[in-house]
Amino acid sequence: MDLTFAHFIALLPLLVTTGTAIAVMLLIAWKRNHRIAYIASVAGLLLALLSIQPALEAAPLDVTALLRMDAFGYFYTALLLVATLTCITLAHAYLGRKPGEGGFPGNREELYLLMLLSASGGIVLVTSQHLAALLIGLELLSVPVYGLAAYAFFNRHSLEAGLKYMVLSAAGSAFLLFGMALLYAESGSLDFVGIGISLGTGEFAPLVQAGMVMILVGLGFKLSLVPFHLWTPDVYQGAPAPVAAYLATASKVGVFVVLVRLYQLSPATYGGWLDSTLSVIAIASILIGNLLALQQNNLKRLLGYSSIAHFGYLLIALIASSGLAGEAIAVYLVTYVLTTLGAFGVVALMSSPFKGRDADALFEYRGLFWRRPYLTAVLTVMMLSLAGIPLTAGFIGKFYILATGVQAQLWWLIGALIIGSAIGLFYYLRVMVTLYLVEPGLMRREPPINWPQRAGGIMLLAITALAFFLGIYPQPLLQLAQAAGL
Amino acid sequence: MLPWLILVPFLGGLLCWLVERVNQTLPRWIALFAMGLLLALGLWLWLLGDYRLAPSPADAGVWAMEYRQVWIARLGINLHLALDGLSLLMVVLTGLLGVLSVLCSWNEIQRHVGFFHLNLLWILGGVVGVFLAMDLFLFFFFWEMMLVPMYFLIALWGHSGDGKKTRITAATKFFIYTQASGLLMLVAILGLVLVHYLNSGVVTFDYARLLETELTPGIEYLLMLGFFIAFAVKFPLVPFHAWLPDAHAQAPTAGSVDLAGILLKTAAYGMIRFALPLFPNASAEFAPIAMTLGLIGIFYGALLAFAQTDIKRLVAYSSISHMGFVLIGIYSGSELALQGAVILMLAHGLSAAALFILCGQLYERVHTRDMRQMGGLWRRLPWLPPLSLFFAVASLGLPGTGNFIGEFLVLFGAFAAHPWVVVIATFGLVLSSVYSLAMVHRAYFGPASSPEPLPGLDGREIGMVLTLVVLLVLLGIYPQPALDTAQASAQGIRQWLGTAITPFASIR
Repeated sequence: MDLTFAHFIALLPLLVTTGTAIAVMLLIAWKRNHRIAYIASVAGLLLALLSIQPALEAAPLDVTALLRMDAFGYFYTALLLVATLTCITLAHAYLGRKPGEGGFPGNREELYLLMLLSASGGIVLVTSQHLAALLIGLELLSVPVYGLAAYAFFNRHSLEAGLKYMVLSAAGSAFLLFGMALLYAESGSLDFVGIGISLGTGEFAPLVQAGMVMILVGLGFKLSLVPFHLWTPDVYQGAPAPVAAYLATASKVGVFVVLVRLYQLSPATYGGWLDSTLSVIAIASILIGNLLALQQNNLKRLLGYSSIAHFGYLLIALIASSGLAGEAIAVYLVTYVLTTLGAFGVVALMSSPFKGRDADALFEYRGLFWRRPYLTAVLTVMMLSLAGIPLTAGFIGKFYILATGVQAQLWWLIGALIIGSAIGLFYYLRVMVTLYLVEPGLMRREPPINWPQRAGGIMLLAITALAFFLGIYPQPLLQLAQAAGL
Repeated sequence: MLPWLILVPFLGGLLCWLVERVNQTLPRWIALFAMGLLLALGLWLWLLGDYRLAPSPADAGVWAMEYRQVWIARLGINLHLALDGLSLLMVVLTGLLGVLSVLCSWNEIQRHVGFFHLNLLWILGGVVGVFLAMDLFLFFFFWEMMLVPMYFLIALWGHSGDGKKTRITAATKFFIYTQASGLLMLVAILGLVLVHYLNSGVVTFDYARLLETELTPGIEYLLMLGFFIAFAVKFPLVPFHAWLPDAHAQAPTAGSVDLAGILLKTAAYGMIRFALPLFPNASAEFAPIAMTLGLIGIFYGALLAFAQTDIKRLVAYSSISHMGFVLIGIYSGSELALQGAVILMLAHGLSAAALFILCGQLYERVHTRDMRQMGGLWRRLPWLPPLSLFFAVASLGLPGTGNFIGEFLVLFGAFAAHPWVVVIATFGLVLSSVYSLAMVHRAYFGPASSPEPLPGLDGREIGMVLTLVVLLVLLGIYPQPALDTAQASAQGIRQWLGTAITPFASIR
């Protein structure tokens, strides 16, 4: 297949992101400077975001058999890029000053490099239409995250998180590969549509079923769906806060989007048995995720469990796969990413400049309102949004999921969603009210806030404003989501 | 005009929060002004508007006033506000109680005054939104939105009781009950929209359009239940009432006033406006069950009220009992009873608000809500005990007060169709006099714990309560303006239910 100019235009976001990664790597090799590395990363990501506009004009376009650049892919590319940009800014605030001056003791610049690499993996993943591209994208997305999770390697928890994530992620990938091999053995094809066509006619062989289940297991690990969720709280707790934010948003979005594409393009996935399996997983994720979150006194663990539940909600739209489902997934993912970034962002800013251990215990947030009112406002809105209360973006997302569920008449799943939300409310409210409790004698002076933190803070406020705005006037987002259908 | 009714509280609340840094009393004046403006706007609309027309099966789109603006075009959601006599009465009540709740927290709330008034005004803004929204999405939006400020009001400014029952537990309980049941209603709304979409191919959340939806009996019943349960939790009906006493007991006075005075009324309003007209057949079929629940509520509330030692919990349980009458009035299918239910909603709003204000004033003086530690206050305190006595007898339905008119109309109107329900409900009135008088007796009579006189009421406190006295008596001796205003709305509802009830009437 010839690559024409149009193909390169269509690939621009991916090319710019990878180019930035290489540039940052060279910059670090040439002269190690925290600020320059950060500025280069941000500039590259912004450029990649801007390049979506010309790329959209060349789309939809198949670039080799591996990637399909279409509005759907670009929508999530943009989401990934924005998430990465936010995480990088948070990391900038988190890492703090020079090693000697009370900042992060290790090398700080490589964090940006790893995130950029991972983001380019995410872009490959959301545009892939071929099992090979799926694997490449997924590995490129996950492998840098091993390093990221263990980035604060002198901290036992961080190291543990990195190791745990590596082992389990590799196990997930092994399942995924095995599943792909089984599918290939039966269908003789690796691209999503081809698999669908060759399997769409006949009876489903056990081999296909086994293959699909294994792929599902592999992706389920990355999405931390129950029963493949055991790694999530530990890794979220151990990983530095900006990295945990990245894990919970960009990494999960990429994997979920490829699952959507696989599910919708390849009729091999149609059929009752897979829907039933997914339904069981969804209900289990919603209930178990929420129930386990109830007892948490650690904000990062709590958010980890709640993210399990949120992907359970998302599975409802995936199972429905008709009518509003595509839009529902888009809207929900956007609101989820916004909200999760905001929540982890507060943890990151609370922990910065780097203090050895993250400020993630709930008691450290007692009475935060009287010390840092803006951060509290951010976290309050994020908790309300996660709980799906009107006036916040989360409500629109939940509304869409419910509408999809009602449309497809998935009553059991809707029941699980309602129960799950009721349980969820309990711990979201607990976090929220903790922020406002007055504790005598707790009024300790906060360290003065430096510029990187202020940049992070301004960005968090912008995220909060956006979450508010989308909650009140969601029309722009809905239009985008509608245009980004498969 | 209509959007301003909603915007005034919201903007006023924001302003209160912003000026908090400048001055601690300024937020109070701003809040008072905003609420006064809301009340004035409501009264102005009452004077000017023509409320002889209201939605009915013949024409569901008739409103005294309407406002429409496209909001979320993708889903056919409009900012559709409309006003008829029923909504107007509720808005005026909201404005009045809004003014009172600002006034009654004048001394009680000393911490974070601006943030307090932000929450207070946002609750009221949400409530006004509920009373005006004629788009089901918008309705749900406001319905859920008022929970958050109420949660903060209870959790941050509430009183922590003894032992485990802290204000935060109470607030969380309130939130979870109402939010989870609200989601059930959202599912029912979506189901209704979906059925309408499958029938007509149009996605819309508009009230008038959805009224035309043709539903099969099974689906209608299910959807009706979704709405009913959400309203029943807020009403509150007996199996779903557990949040109410806790929330009331821990809430600050203004929170209790709003909760009893208007938040409970949103549920009754929702039933009248949405549950009955949208699902007339299912509602007619369900009416006996609903009325039984009302009866259970009357007796259960009254018995538990009698057993309370905490004076605020007593008033809270008495609300459950009174709302039982409202429910019977709503589901009896008689226009007269429905009118009575509306009057009772107003009267109960006034009398419960007054009782909670008095409880608050009492608490500020004796620093306890436990009636076992009160006793003999009649001699130690001027003004407050006789006023309490007045509202106690008003709440037991003494002729000459609005509560009497309401209860009488409900019982009288429902008697023709449901004599047995009325006969049983009448005994509830006996119980209500028992607990009301018991409250007065325990708190104000008997031996005094100390001979020291307590500080009397100041002009603000007396003024608030006397206003309520005057209004309640006015409603009791000349309820005609309120009856006229709500008449068209009640007639419309009766026609909806009437077409559905007739086939059943012949069976019986």
